[in-house]
Amino acid sequence: MSKKRIATVWLDGCSGCHMSFLDMDERLVEVFQQADLVYSPLVDLKEFPEEVDITLVEGAVSSEEDLHKIRMVRERTKILVAFGDCAVTGNVPSMRNPFGANAVLQRAYLENVTLHPQVPREVIPALIEKARPVHEVVKVDVFIPGCPPSAETIFLALSDLLADRMPDMAKLTRFGA
Amino acid sequence: MNQPVRVKTLKIDDRDVSGREDETILEVARQNGIFIPTLCNLEGLTPIGACRLCLVEIKGVSRLLPACVTRVEEGMEVYTQSERLQKYRRMVLELLFSERNHICSVCVVNGHCELQSMAQILGMTHVSVPYRFPRLPADASHERFVVDHNRCILCTRCVRVCDEIEGAHTWDVMGRGIDSRVITDLNQPWGESETCTSCGKCVNVCPTGALFEKGKPVYERLKKRQFLPYLTMMREERR
Amino acid sequence: MTPEELRKLAESQEEARPEPRHRIKICVAAGCLSAGSDRVREAVQNEIAQRGLEGECEVKGVGCLGLCTAGPLMLVEPDGVMYQNVTEADAADIVQSLGRKPVERLVCPSDMSFFTKQYKIVLENSGVIDPEKIEDYIARDGYTALARVLEDMSPQDVIDEITRSGLRGRGGAGYPTGLKWSTVAKAGGSRKFVICNADEGDPGAFMDRSVLESDPHRVLEGMAIAAYAVGASQGYLYVRAEYPLAVKRLRTAIRQAERLGLLGNNICGTTFSFHVDIRLGAGAFVCGEETALIASIEGKRGQPRPRPPYPAEYGLWGYPTLINNVETFANVAPIIRNGGDWFASIGTEKSKGTKVFALAGRVRNTGLIEVPMGITLREIIFDIGGGIPDGHKFKAVQTGGPSGGCIPEQYLDMPVDYESLAKVGSIMGSGGMIVMDETSCMVDVAKFFMDFCVTESCGKCVPCRVGTAQMYHLLDKITSGQATMDDLALLEELCDMVKYTSLCGLGQTAPNPVLSTLQYFRDEYIAHIVDKQCPAGVCQMRH
Repeated sequence: MSKKRIATVWLDGCSGCHMSFLDMDERLVEVFQQADLVYSPLVDLKEFPEEVDITLVEGAVSSEEDLHKIRMVRERTKILVAFGDCAVTGNVPSMRNPFGANAVLQRAYLENVTLHPQVPREVIPALIEKARPVHEVVKVDVFIPGCPPSAETIFLALSDLLADRMPDMAKLTRFGA
Repeated sequence: MNQPVRVKTLKIDDRDVSGREDETILEVARQNGIFIPTLCNLEGLTPIGACRLCLVEIKGVSRLLPACVTRVEEGMEVYTQSERLQKYRRMVLELLFSERNHICSVCVVNGHCELQSMAQILGMTHVSVPYRFPRLPADASHERFVVDHNRCILCTRCVRVCDEIEGAHTWDVMGRGIDSRVITDLNQPWGESETCTSCGKCVNVCPTGALFEKGKPVYERLKKRQFLPYLTMMREERR
Repeated sequence: MTPEELRKLAESQEEARPEPRHRIKICVAAGCLSAGSDRVREAVQNEIAQRGLEGECEVKGVGCLGLCTAGPLMLVEPDGVMYQNVTEADAADIVQSLGRKPVERLVCPSDMSFFTKQYKIVLENSGVIDPEKIEDYIARDGYTALARVLEDMSPQDVIDEITRSGLRGRGGAGYPTGLKWSTVAKAGGSRKFVICNADEGDPGAFMDRSVLESDPHRVLEGMAIAAYAVGASQGYLYVRAEYPLAVKRLRTAIRQAERLGLLGNNICGTTFSFHVDIRLGAGAFVCGEETALIASIEGKRGQPRPRPPYPAEYGLWGYPTLINNVETFANVAPIIRNGGDWFASIGTEKSKGTKVFALAGRVRNTGLIEVPMGITLREIIFDIGGGIPDGHKFKAVQTGGPSGGCIPEQYLDMPVDYESLAKVGSIMGSGGMIVMDETSCMVDVAKFFMDFCVTESCGKCVPCRVGTAQMYHLLDKITSGQATMDDLALLEELCDMVKYTSLCGLGQTAPNPVLSTLQYFRDEYIAHIVDKQCPAGVCQMRH
């Protein structure tokens, strides 16, 4: 039976969930006997491929680039997993929402800067007004809350998904875990 | 009152139980180890039936009734775990999470929060109603305590404990509907309150991290609630 | 005071004044007043003075004449000529025409369906008497019911009569009034209260306001009779502070009644005492809910509490309390005077008597009407209302305010009563009736009422406090063309949850406008979501 194609992606996250993913340590070997990592910021692949079976998405949708990325990922993925509190609830990136993108940029790049204060516009993707959890932008199939979800949780969830079972995450983890 | 209190027999989830006529369905359920979720309820404070988590189905009654304020009656048949109730409970919780800014990972009560625990108990792993992200302040003017309105769920336990147990009535609610907020005195900074006795009861009864003590690390921020039933017992019977 | 003594009193007041040859009645209720009827009155009085006709002509301010759209309204007696849209400039012509041909351009035909198809019980004195003169009220059998009750009837007799009449609460819920009175009467304890709910909060509703401004004594008499029946000696009239004219007229009325021994201690010389005090609201729709109203009178935050126990058992300050709507009390005196069977002969099998409606919206004759239960919507809108103006087409009629629903064309021949309205997904409510034509967007209507509920929610229970805000947000997305079908599914789920889990009637009925427009006008919702278009051309699409 052919190996499942899995991918991981990070949007506006701190990469902590990916670190937790790596914390699976030797069990990573077990996982990658059943799956191929076809895209990840942890490896050198440049293009997100078509026909991915499972994608783990870390981070909230905060910028125009995140929007573009997540829509593309959703199109090319069968099972999308919102991975970590930022992806599930918005979490820390969403703390800027009550103030609005403009106010935050002003405070960070103009008020608190002495040398050449300016809001970056070139190359850096524009912030969208509110940082949103992934499911407010695209349809999500599995939610793994936790900040970060423990390696144990990730392993159990992945094991279920790779065996074509839907994991029951409520028993394994919670917000802020 | 010299009349003996009558005992009623009823069924909860098809189990035969009994309770005094002045006891509520919630009290009887708890005595018998039957779980009914609550948030605004706290033993020792007057129940108000506001959070709607404890709604139960009663045979022959068309409306759902809150278990925390409904007295037991002879022959009642109560159901606490139907699919419909579970759905409604989850939705109440989702509405609460979406109402204000509940960021668990950076919260002072992460791990000992009743709202967070309730999400786990009810199997809620994400919120399907859109988050509102309102702009709300925190007030750290008090010497020992802080109130962060982003975490408040308007359960009004603080209002009730300060009014009924401490007697100072420093806390109350201002505004209406979604703009409601708990306030100290006449919406003055807590540190300037002339009525607050700094007893800390409100901090201890708060189910979330809205009210917390300064200077304690997260793992020490346990709420101490043993005082409440004890104090209630030592005072005269109100009912 | 026996009915005969009352009658003598009234007659003596009448005899003190010589009967004028002409009586000009000008509506001074809030609607016409805001159109300048007080200036009209002054102008007419000046005109009469200038011509030296004071002895022959009496100018009198009266209550609501009903056809508010054509105000300021004027009635000239004994000719029975009604004038509409009167201005101060018309004063000369009007006075000139007394006893001669009426002023044609101002005449309002009195044989219009608007007037002929009404059946006035609650409003029988409105527009006839001066609301600031108790003598006028007494001359029209005022307080005779109270006198008879105190002289000839026991409290149980009164309750039986009300029960026999089939009167149901006119505040919206339609609870059998006799049953409510009976429950309070049976409740133990020596202290009981009677409360009149005059916190009319539905947007666009002004039935209670008109009754209070036009015939305040009718309400007081009803309250006194109720107090006698249930065993109360203190009453409160909770009026919304936005009705200053009603409050003023009530204060005058209470004073006048007390002076004549018809209210206060030892009414009509008997051992029955009943005092009425006014309590003002402070701008909260939720205080129209009975337990929130009671909390407000007690000086607390106006928030409802879970029921049971009901106010009949545990009400104001913990005592058994009877709380009824203005219109309910206004029906009491006629029922006592004419008998419960008479009242029961009007209306339908389960809904007896008449109902006052505030007819508004896209209809020719907007104003206040009173019709027997069982009349069809078609008769109300097209006969009494005069139909849809400007060549537009009827689309829906909204009844019951923010707690009610929209009724489409196919139900126009439905009889108006409590059961029928509930069956089609609306409610009778307190009597607001808003007619809509094809230029109204039903989704926009639902959004308007949801906005109202969000602002007026008291905030105590989670479903109403947050649920209405979420539902409003979804409706806003729909009306601005930014919603998806998933949003519609979420909206329907929230409607169901808020309806069945809210603590009080505000939350429980907040989803009704959405549910009823979804039931009959679902295609409009789909058009907004899928086609990003508003079929009525009202909503501004944003992208």
